[in-house]
Order: sequence, then C-alpha cells, then structure tokens
Amino acid sequence: MTTTRPWWKTVLGVVFTALMLFPVYWMANVSLTKTSDLRANPPHWFPWDPTFEGYTRVFEQQLPALGTSLLVGLGTVVLTIAIAAPAGYAIAQLNLRGRRSLNFLLLVAQMIPAVVMAMGFYAIYVRLDLLNTIPGLIIADSTIAVPFGVLLYTAFMSGIPRELLQAARVDGAGPWRSFWSVVVPISRNSTVTVALFAFLWAWSDFIFASTLNRNGDMIPITLGIYNYIGNNTTQWNAIMATAVVASVPAAVLLVLAQRFVAAGVTAGAVKD
Amino acid sequence: MGLENFADVFASSTFPTALWNTVVFTFVSIAFQFVIGLALAVFFRSSFRLSNVLRALFLVPWLLPLIVSASTWAWMLSSENGIVNSVLGAFGVEQINWLTSPDTALIAVTIANVWLGIPFNLVILYSGLQNIPGDVYEAASLDGAGAWRQFRSITLPLLRPVSAITILLGLIYTLKVVDVIWVMTTGGPGDASTTFAVWSYREAFGTGQPDFSPAAAVGNILILVALVFGFLHLQLQRRQEAS
Repeated sequence: MTTTRPWWKTVLGVVFTALMLFPVYWMANVSLTKTSDLRANPPHWFPWDPTFEGYTRVFEQQLPALGTSLLVGLGTVVLTIAIAAPAGYAIAQLNLRGRRSLNFLLLVAQMIPAVVMAMGFYAIYVRLDLLNTIPGLIIADSTIAVPFGVLLYTAFMSGIPRELLQAARVDGAGPWRSFWSVVVPISRNSTVTVALFAFLWAWSDFIFASTLNRNGDMIPITLGIYNYIGNNTTQWNAIMATAVVASVPAAVLLVLAQRFVAAGVTAGAVKD
Repeated sequence: MGLENFADVFASSTFPTALWNTVVFTFVSIAFQFVIGLALAVFFRSSFRLSNVLRALFLVPWLLPLIVSASTWAWMLSSENGIVNSVLGAFGVEQINWLTSPDTALIAVTIANVWLGIPFNLVILYSGLQNIPGDVYEAASLDGAGAWRQFRSITLPLLRPVSAITILLGLIYTLKVVDVIWVMTTGGPGDASTTFAVWSYREAFGTGQPDFSPAAAVGNILILVALVFGFLHLQLQRRQEAS
C-alpha cells in the first residue's frame, strides 16, 4: 500500500501543491512587475524582467509599520504567556473550583467574533485613553491567543505526573516555586507553540488594528497594506511587495517550526 | 442598548440579504473546504516521496495574514487585469466583473475563503486519518475491497468524530470572517456580499464616527450563535472522549 506507485503520487502531489500555491506565486510575481506592465494583457506569467520598485517603496514607506507590527507581536507573546501559563497550571494542577465552566468560557471566548470584541474594547479604550496606542493593541490582540494558550497549556500540564510535583512539595517548594522550577521548564514545547501562534495572530490582525488604531501615528503593517489599497489602486506591485514582506514571519515559521504549527492546529480539535 | 435596536435590525432591508449571504457563504465555504481537504488528506495518507514537504507547503495559505491573501485574490479577480479573467478569456469566457457585479461578488469572496480554509481541514483530517490503524485497510484489501469501497466503509465512518469537529470549527471560523470580505468587496456592491459579521463591522466602524447600537445588536446575534456552537463542540468532544 505504501510504496506501490510513489512516483505517480509525487507528480500528482506537486501539481496539487502548485495549484494551491498559485496565488502566493502570483503575489510574488506581481510584486516584481514593472508598473507599466501591470496592465499588460495577457499578464506576464514570469518576472523575466524583474523590478524592485515595489520593494524600494516598501522600505521607504513601510519600515515604521513593520517595526510596529514586530513590537505588537512580541508584546502580545509576552502578555499571552504571562497569563496563559499560570492559568493553565492552575486549571490543570491546583484543583481549581469551577474549572469545567472556565474551560467552557474559554471555548466560547474563542468563538466570539473579533468585531464584537472590538466594539467592547473601543468603548473601554475611549475612557482609558488607550485608543491608538501600542499597549491597547497588545491587550486586544492577546485576547485572541490567551484562550488558545490556556487550553493548550491545560492539556499539556494535566499530563505532568503528580509525583513530580509532590516531590517538589516534599522539598519545600510552594505552588509558585514548583510552577517556576518544575512546570515551566517541562512545558517548553507548549510555550513555543503558544508563542508562535500569539505572534502570528498579532502580526496578522487587521480587525483590531483597523478599529482601535484607526488614527494612530504608529500603524501595523496590515493597516499599511490596507491604506495602500485604498489610496492608490494603480501601484499593485508595491501592494504585493508589502504583502510579500508581511508574509515573511509565516514563511520563517513554516521552515523553522513546522511540527509546532501542526501541533497547534490540531490542539483544539483532536484529542489523541 | 434597548430592544428597539433589535427591532431595527430585523426590520432593516439588509437583514434578509445578510442572513441569506451568511448562510450561503458559510455552507458553500465549508462544503468545498471539507471535501477538498478530505480528498487531499486521503491522498497524503500513505506517505510517498516528498509528501511531508508538500503537505507542509499546503499550510502556507493558512499562515499568511488574511489581508495579504485577500488583497492577492482581489488583484487576481480584478475585472480587466486579473489573471483569472485572462485565463478564462483564453477559453472564450467573456470578462466577469467578479468583485463589482452583484451576481458574482459573493461567489468571489467564497472562492477566496474556500482556499483559505483548505489547509486547516487538511491538517485536522490528516491527523484523524493517522489514528485509523493501517491493518483495517489491509484486511479490507485482502477481502477484495477497492479504494472507493475502502473509503466508503472504513475511512468515512471511522473519521466521523473528527469530521464533525472539523466542520463545527469551520462553521465557527467562517461565521466570524470579516477581513477577507471587507478587503475584497467591503460587503458590496450594495449588500451583495454582506454577511452578519461584515454588516456588524460596517455599522460600527465603516463610517467616520463609530456607532455601536445597531452593530451591537447584530453582534449579539453572532454571540448567541457562538454559544450554541460552543455547547455543540463540548458535546462532541465528550462523546469523542467516551468512545
């Protein structure tokens, strides 16, 4: 069954993958096309004569936006882990009262549309003066990743043998101490997965950025792209160049951390 | 926020359109995502040369920022310079105004959304397939069951719990979609591609000064739907743990 027709399958697999990734190729292709060739009919299928006008514009105009996105992404990672790791520990190991309802609430929290959350945040931020600020955006973005993080940590930390924590307790460690020196080190893989997704979601966020940071001086890269589309629909090579640059974290993630990605996708859905 | 906001929402001329669009967008997206994802998962089940690399590449659409994918699709589907119309034109199809015609706007955003959802379906269904022991298939093929028969009598029934959760999560994600539609069509032309989530976004933030009262009413409908699906998800997971 496994090795009957491997070559035939490989060829077919390459064709499927090529079809699936065509839009990604097209994005890269358009980003290298000269402005004068953008409206060519038929379109140029290959960037035979590549131009870097698009990329020059990205680095002239979008560097601050990339910096903002990086800052928001890293801030979201820190905040998410600071909340989700202790929360997961408490739910998994500390015999918390009402943890079933807590789990259910987290599940529902993941399902509430971001638009609805954005309205709530807006109303609160107006009063707290957090509109158009980076911390405001970080707090909002972490609400996407925290429920996921808590569920993932809880699932992993429930599997930590009680004897291990009991041994720590015998040695005189309190719950906080055993969390730091036992639970956190062995949960490293979960931390990597949560951090990756928290970063990626914050980096990709458009809804919170476009609602809570509409008039900010420091806009993230997703808003940078959106404003580009709104302002000059002729410069699609610059838009696509920005899109390519904005996709870099995803590409890095896929190359460096593919197994964590797959683990993250299936975490919420399938229990082994 | 009073009840009259809900009355306004239900009485609004956008309501029936948004309801219909939400239903069509959600169900068509999920049907195609699931069928294509399942077909690919079955295809990738037995490993072959390069299969791991190719399967990893399938994750790319899911990892890209939505705004990146949406703007790429918007350009690909643009009326005069889009690659899609250019290819269709080679087969003699006349120019289709994908994003600007009320007849095709919903189809256009659904196509993009199907593409976005395939990786997620593939990954979950693939890991579900890995949990089906290989000797079940071997026994079946010894009994002379062909590939289609094996799919019907082994894969589908044994995959049912995982399929149910995949479809449920797909429903939840699809109901929430705003970015893709907003970037491609802003819900237009008119209300032609406006779903509940997009409607809520447009009411709240679409114009200069945010106005929450009608938008929040639409949002509450979405929360209610989320709660129902949350319960369903919990039930499904319990049943899966029990079996």
